[in-house]
Amino acid sequence: MRLVKQAIDRDGSGTITLFPEDPEDMWFTYNLIRPSDLLRASALRRITTESATGSTSSTRVHINLLIRVEKLDFDTQSSQLHVSGRIVEETKYTKVGQWHTLDLELNRNLTLEKKDGWDSVARNLVKEACDPAKQADVWAVIMQEGLAHLAVLTGQRTVLRQKVEATVPKKRGTGKQGDHDKALERFFQTTLDTLLRHIDLSANLPILLASPGFVAQAFLKFILETATRTGNKPLIGQKGNFVVVHAASGYLHSLNEVLQSAEVLAKLKDTKYARETKLIDTFMNLLYKDDGRAAYGPREVEQAVEKGAVGRGGGILLISDSLFRAQDVATRRRWVGLVDRVRETEGGEVRILSGTHESGRQLEGLGGIAAMLTFPLEYLDEEDGVEDENALPNGDTNEEKT
Amino acid sequence: MSRHKLVKALDLDEELDDFDGGAESDYGEEIGAEDKEQLRVGTARVRDVLGPGVSIRDREIEDSLWHYYYDVDKTVDYLLGQRTNSQTPKKTKKQRTAAEVKQPDAPINSTQDWGTGDHITTSDTFSSWAAPFSTADFFSDCPWLNIPGDRHGDILIEPLYPRGGLLGGSSKSDGAPKSKLAALAAARKQKEIQKAEDGQNATNSAALLDKLIGKPRQLKPDGAPISSSGTPLSAITEQTVKEQPRKYPRRKSKRLESPEDDQPAKKTSQKLSCSASPEIEKPPEIIPTAGPSVFAQIIFGAPAGSQQHEVYTSDRYMLRPDTYTEFDFAGPSPDDVVTKAQNTKGPTKKPVKQPPQPPSGDQGVNAVAQSVGNVTIEEPLVKRKNLDVAAEFEKSKPKNAANFVVIGHVDAGKSTLMGRLLYDLKVVDQRTLDKYRKEAERIGKASFALAWVLDQGTEERNRGVTIDIAMNKFETKTTSFTILDAPGHRDFIPNMIAGASQADFAVLVIDASTGNFESGLKGQTKEHALLVRSMGVQRIVIAVNKLDTVQWSRDRFDEISQQISAFLTSAGFLAKNLAFVPCAGLTGDNIVRKAQDPHASWYTGAPLISLLESSEPVTRALEKPLRMTVDDIFRGGVQNPLSVSGRLDAGNVQIGDTVVIMPASQTATIRGLEVDSESSDWAVAGQNVVLHLADIEAKYLKSGDVVCPPSAPIRCVTSFTVKILAFEHITPMHCEVHKGRLHAPGRVTKLVAQLDKASGAAVKGKKPRLIKPGSVAKVLVEVDDPIPLEQGGKVILRAGGETIGAGLVE
Repeated sequence: MRLVKQAIDRDGSGTITLFPEDPEDMWFTYNLIRPSDLLRASALRRITTESATGSTSSTRVHINLLIRVEKLDFDTQSSQLHVSGRIVEETKYTKVGQWHTLDLELNRNLTLEKKDGWDSVARNLVKEACDPAKQADVWAVIMQEGLAHLAVLTGQRTVLRQKVEATVPKKRGTGKQGDHDKALERFFQTTLDTLLRHIDLSANLPILLASPGFVAQAFLKFILETATRTGNKPLIGQKGNFVVVHAASGYLHSLNEVLQSAEVLAKLKDTKYARETKLIDTFMNLLYKDDGRAAYGPREVEQAVEKGAVGRGGGILLISDSLFRAQDVATRRRWVGLVDRVRETEGGEVRILSGTHESGRQLEGLGGIAAMLTFPLEYLDEEDGVEDENALPNGDTNEEKT
Repeated sequence: MSRHKLVKALDLDEELDDFDGGAESDYGEEIGAEDKEQLRVGTARVRDVLGPGVSIRDREIEDSLWHYYYDVDKTVDYLLGQRTNSQTPKKTKKQRTAAEVKQPDAPINSTQDWGTGDHITTSDTFSSWAAPFSTADFFSDCPWLNIPGDRHGDILIEPLYPRGGLLGGSSKSDGAPKSKLAALAAARKQKEIQKAEDGQNATNSAALLDKLIGKPRQLKPDGAPISSSGTPLSAITEQTVKEQPRKYPRRKSKRLESPEDDQPAKKTSQKLSCSASPEIEKPPEIIPTAGPSVFAQIIFGAPAGSQQHEVYTSDRYMLRPDTYTEFDFAGPSPDDVVTKAQNTKGPTKKPVKQPPQPPSGDQGVNAVAQSVGNVTIEEPLVKRKNLDVAAEFEKSKPKNAANFVVIGHVDAGKSTLMGRLLYDLKVVDQRTLDKYRKEAERIGKASFALAWVLDQGTEERNRGVTIDIAMNKFETKTTSFTILDAPGHRDFIPNMIAGASQADFAVLVIDASTGNFESGLKGQTKEHALLVRSMGVQRIVIAVNKLDTVQWSRDRFDEISQQISAFLTSAGFLAKNLAFVPCAGLTGDNIVRKAQDPHASWYTGAPLISLLESSEPVTRALEKPLRMTVDDIFRGGVQNPLSVSGRLDAGNVQIGDTVVIMPASQTATIRGLEVDSESSDWAVAGQNVVLHLADIEAKYLKSGDVVCPPSAPIRCVTSFTVKILAFEHITPMHCEVHKGRLHAPGRVTKLVAQLDKASGAAVKGKKPRLIKPGSVAKVLVEVDDPIPLEQGGKVILRAGGETIGAGLVE
């Protein structure tokens, strides 16, 4: 993402013009745009004109439209963002109040004006999105016998690309082992085929193979054997990119463990997801100590912040980005306010975790927000904890899973 | 090879065979004195064998003897066979004999025979049947305008149909093993014929016996030509002429069996189109009406009586009696002949491809259709026997059956111990073990040989680690046991859970060697013990293994016993349900036999096997609705493309039952059932069964699914409350839900309440924000996809490769 133009006043009003360059930027854009914002982007609109005689002709025109955003739709698989809303600026072809759905395209400017001004979270997001240090994607195959999840980890997201399921007969006494081996091989073949369908080998990305037991090793062996047998040069060339890691199970949430393993950390060093994973792990350990220095859940964390526990000297606020995606402006303001307070008033650290990464999802399990406190606070949330427990916009997160 | 050579090489016997056929009409005169003598002697012997109680006329016996070449045994067989048949076929058969003597052989013989032999000796009658489709020939033997009624029908049917591609070979009805199919077809055919014949007889309305026995008559002349020795030539000729009407059907039957008729299935020509039979190569064309060759005339013109007998003894002729029975329709139908011929002659045409058989008419077609049906389509017709399974189970007075799971830390020697147990109980023979030993040595894992008895997997053997549950059966005098050898490695705990969920009691194997016990205790020893306890296992036998490595130190054993006992009682096992035994799996001490090591003499208790036997029978929920967690889905064999295995948790099942597979909600029919690898009609709770399913596709099945009756399907839920004993810290978190083989990704979404460990009541006060290990709590769990769960179901929650808790679904 390139920041083309920034015109933000002191009070936060103003516009920002962005130039998205790769699919990942669409994700940023999705997080940035909220309903009721003003968005100007190039559009392809079909114009129907009626002549005096009553015959109609239809043409497609490229125009720049300014719309008031009403709805966003993000396709995780293809990283496409569709923003629909009503046109607020008359053009040669359109009237005010007409509907239009902008299909945001890569390499075309978009200009965004926030209705309630640019808050700190939004501005930070822009800053982060325009960080030139690009993070490479990583492929991960989390598998166990008969089950494989193919996921791609980008800087911001973990996208499950495909799930492979196969029935592998269990071992059944003497002489029947062939069934198992054959089925396993078939499962490997399917997984490999699926992987090759999704992956662009020329990108030379690391591929994590993770499983409990020996499945991943067997799979790697199978891949190399198959590559050699079929003379698949590009695949043989990937040999160095495969990393076999241990995972507790073949389910996607085992990715957390995978990302913490030494092999992966060595390869991926300081990526955002590795950092996030580490962070959530630290928090969990703190929570398990149960010494009152870990708080989770909206109400509890808010209380902790109020009491000044998330401050200088180790106070860290963990918050899932999905909280900021709230449709309700007031809710968003609440979280932005909390973040601002921790960051500016309290002097604590704020980490916004991507809700699509496994670590972020783990955080969402805790209510989307958690905090490491500088001093123990016992019996937070004593009287009323129930109402707020599910502050998380659930529909929003489920949509990301697919 | 040139045909001439072939002809030259022909067996003289065969030639003469034909000849005597030709000589048939006047054989009465030619029957020699010695033949008569032989006949007489033979008849006497047959009578002897048959005994006085059997009323068979001399003529019949002689007749048969003649056909069987004085083989008394065969004759007796035949006669007795005849008697068992109804009278009518017997008689009809008899009539045929005269012509029959010759006919079966004729086609088998070489071409020359066709062209010559027949015509020299016999009249046109023979040529007529030799060219079956020539109408002129066909009627040549009939009196003008006096065509017998029965022939009318035959004409209509027969000539129009192409001959079936029957492979030759005579059918043996006597004693030769028949395929079921053949027998069935034969039975059908016989029935049909009998019916037809009965009808015919009815129309004739005369007394049946009279007719059959009496003087030569138009339709049913009593022609037992051989026995009627001395019959003048003229009489016999007349007889044959009269017989012609009957001959026709006979001919068609005969043609069915004659080898040369097999091939020309495609030919619809009216000529008898011959083809190369596998045995005798014939020129493709035979013109039966051609005059006899000079050669043949010379050869067959003046046959000698003595030669006849030699002829009759030829192998080929020996086949003839079968044709008799064939005509009697007691033998296999033409289709069977084909089938049989194919079986014996190797790869030929498939019966499926044969065109309908004209001679047998509709029934032939039916027979073929039926045989095809029998061969290719197995109708999954599953009949429910409506058994009262519980009562059957009571009746069967089963041995005590017990499943036990073998648990313990990785490398504690679980598989080796069980391998030794099976070996010492002679479930595994020495040879197999030697083989394993050799193979194990080859990959440098000699000490794993015993474990290989259970570790059958390729990966398991290469790595020396049990990966999946191994199931093995063995029986002692009182009990039949099923071993569930669980993997000890932490990565395979899901498999171990699957095994433990099927177990009645557990054997905990502990590595006594220095250091390993301690590491095991921290590792899976504890986790496994807790897991089996939370899955409802009450009784546990602790095998302190590898004591040979510490010189059977009693102190070590006591120390371990003490620690484990303390731990297990704290985990909720009753002290009386614990039993300790020091043993060494590798050497086999204290497994089946007592330890021989003198250092081990301090142990006076029973070896492992006795402790296993003292397990109490488990009560089973027989009358509850069926519940079976699918353990494995596999191809049960050619007959059973889809089978599932598992243990019946509750209820009973029998063949023919319709079941519902949850959560797919698909119905299936049980077409077969195996209990402990032996097929059975029913199974009850507690048994390890294999269900062969029909009417369902494999894609609907997953291991962990539950088989239930349609009337009471298990509920599938996505969200449920669990009363859980925490092994680790529990917060709202991702986890896997395990129940037997079932595992599903899910989340703890809410910590509902902390429970008091003793009373089970919710602890008043604040809502828990963290469940600490060892405490009991109520939590809400959600899963992505519905899973079959029932109240009281035991689930295990795992996260990050560790068991975080086990509990009961509420």
